[in-house]
Amino acid sequence: MTEHPITPPVDNPPVTFTQAEIGWTPWLQPLAEDDLTERHLKGLVEAARAKSPYFRLLVRDPEVLEARTKTDKDIFYNSRSGLPRAERELAATAASRYNGCIFCASVHSRFASHHSKRGEDVQKLLDEGVEADLGERWNAIVAASVALTATPPIFGDEHISRLSAAGLDELEIADVIHGAAFFNWANRLMLSLGEPTPAN
Amino acid sequence: MTIASPDIIDLLAGITAGSALDRIRTQRPETREQAQKSYLALFQPTDFGDVSAAERHAVASFVAGLHRQPDIFEFYISPFEESGSDRWLIEVIKAEIGAGRAKGPYGQYPDGPLSGENETGPLYQLSPASREALGPKLSAALEHAHLLVFHPRDASPRALQALLDVGWTTNGVVTLSQLVSFVAFQIRVIAGLAVLSTAAKRVAA
Repeated sequence: MTEHPITPPVDNPPVTFTQAEIGWTPWLQPLAEDDLTERHLKGLVEAARAKSPYFRLLVRDPEVLEARTKTDKDIFYNSRSGLPRAERELAATAASRYNGCIFCASVHSRFASHHSKRGEDVQKLLDEGVEADLGERWNAIVAASVALTATPPIFGDEHISRLSAAGLDELEIADVIHGAAFFNWANRLMLSLGEPTPAN
Repeated sequence: MTIASPDIIDLLAGITAGSALDRIRTQRPETREQAQKSYLALFQPTDFGDVSAAERHAVASFVAGLHRQPDIFEFYISPFEESGSDRWLIEVIKAEIGAGRAKGPYGQYPDGPLSGENETGPLYQLSPASREALGPKLSAALEHAHLLVFHPRDASPRALQALLDVGWTTNGVVTLSQLVSFVAFQIRVIAGLAVLSTAAKRVAA
């Protein structure tokens, strides 16, 4: 039997980049919470993620979701050394802004604002796009993230030199690379498996 | 006894043991391990489920080719080179990579203030000859991969319907979407670290 996607009726969908807490609704049927087995729960990594339709959809391939979730958490949350969390979130926001993922950009722009206390600059990136002037250090991080996000990527020596000149060491540059690269994974899932819904 | 698979990102970015980039990756052991586990879960799963090994490698090599990454393309296409019966697939995929060349990200935004940022680009379809050779299921997967690679913001329930119509299951679509998106990530880590590695060697020289 042919399966069918869901075409959810979304009234008033978000049509701009925003830091508001918008939602997301899937186009394919997530697993029901009651149907989750031990294998699925292991794939979700955190039991609380069983509440999310997005993760209950991705958990249809639990081993991939588990590895992806752990990759995500280490790239963004392991900030004892290397690039500050705020700037990893900036890289995520820049990639999402450039690919056009309104939902991803909303979540990670909020994190960038929270950790940097520079909400106005973050909003400028959302409003004006990836050419916005955010000061040289942030401009260098955004430019590098955008060059990696371009398809094919156009990231080169000049981006490394600019990040270096802005004060980033090699570990911090590697953190920018991973933050931007990871959102080329996340954006494609969020954009292709569902759509954003308005803030409550 | 199992033979450990080499770390694919190190392999394809040219990162050798003891190099500056090896030391940097050593400071992120969890990222390194989980990126590798993601690769293994997609390409050497215990259960291939609804997506065959050949479909996985065909789609991954197509994604690498669209990103114009010859080494990564070669890596994913290599199982076909070693196979007697599937070698013909290589030329078909190469031809479709050539036909599918584009620059992204492009695509449409929902109607509103962002419409001014809409960028048009090709809507890729396989040639009739390639479609005939690859069959409807793999053909639909390559068309969906092209959408995800270059213009993911054009995605829609209709694009998913096109996959389901030719026999993809919901589970299969999830795995396929993860695979294309993971390879898009992996390519960028490899490309980024390769540039960083060259820069680090120059400084050390």
